[in-house]
Amino acid sequence: MGEYGGLGLFFLVALIFPVSALIPAFLLQPRQPTKEKRIPYECGVDTVGKTYVQYRVGYFLYALVFIVFDVETVFLYPWAVRFGHLGLFALIEMFIFIAILAVGLGYAWKKGALSWK
Amino acid sequence: MNEALGYVHGLVGWAFSLAEAYDVPSLIGAGVFFLFAGLALLFACGVVFLRNVVHSALSLTATFICVACLYLSIDADFMGAVQILVYGGAVAVLIVMAIMLTRRDDMAHSNPSRGLWQHAGAAVVSGLFLLGMAAVAVLSPFQSAPQPLGDAAPGLADLMLSHYVLPFEVAAVLLLIAMIGAILLAKGAEES
Repeated sequence: MGEYGGLGLFFLVALIFPVSALIPAFLLQPRQPTKEKRIPYECGVDTVGKTYVQYRVGYFLYALVFIVFDVETVFLYPWAVRFGHLGLFALIEMFIFIAILAVGLGYAWKKGALSWK
Repeated sequence: MNEALGYVHGLVGWAFSLAEAYDVPSLIGAGVFFLFAGLALLFACGVVFLRNVVHSALSLTATFICVACLYLSIDADFMGAVQILVYGGAVAVLIVMAIMLTRRDDMAHSNPSRGLWQHAGAAVVSGLFLLGMAAVAVLSPFQSAPQPLGDAAPGLADLMLSHYVLPFEVAAVLLLIAMIGAILLAKGAEES
């Protein structure tokens, strides 16, 4: 756990920097809110319509494909760590594993899940 | 001057003896555990009680990160990394994208809690679950490892690619089925 103590300390210091910049600004700022000041900021132009709209299903499909290959990475990592000791059989096994998931990627491609219309 | 130095010296010695007597490293370990366990519970409560479902998703992600910190605090490095990579990253993105798919006029009341009966039902179910978990925790003969386990990934690889090779390939098929099923459902939703 010792090495993570340093990491925790790093996060703590990283937290102190923005907070110590924000607190004086919060204390010193003049507060004169008007209606224009309170609208959401959108690159200087007036906002159009509602903030929450229904997004296209394409985003969700990308996230799904991403999660599958994220999990595949988790399986690949221990294999890569022990690659030198595992030998040919493990290499073939891993290629079967990747091939099965490549079928899924091919299916997603064929079905147009990756095309951005 | 010498008197003051002697006083400081005595104080430092006293602090060290106190630290030794109360076993400070394990106290810090316990403190870290209770800090992250408490934070995880706090954010889990946020998932249930926050009114805005986007805030609930953020709170859920914070819970995942706190659980990852718990894994790291018990030297389960690989588990912690996987927890951050898969849950803190991919699952959180998936949940937010699923929320983006829904159509709502006002996100401020998108996670409502309704009615007495639902609250009572939730209390009964979660109470039973808590009882079950407590029974498992109390009755299981947990054994603590005699020495730190070290890096888990090489051992995992050895088991995964020799003894458990069939479950490993079945996991690939499971991922494939999950992806195909999700694409079928999502494309169906798009066409209708």
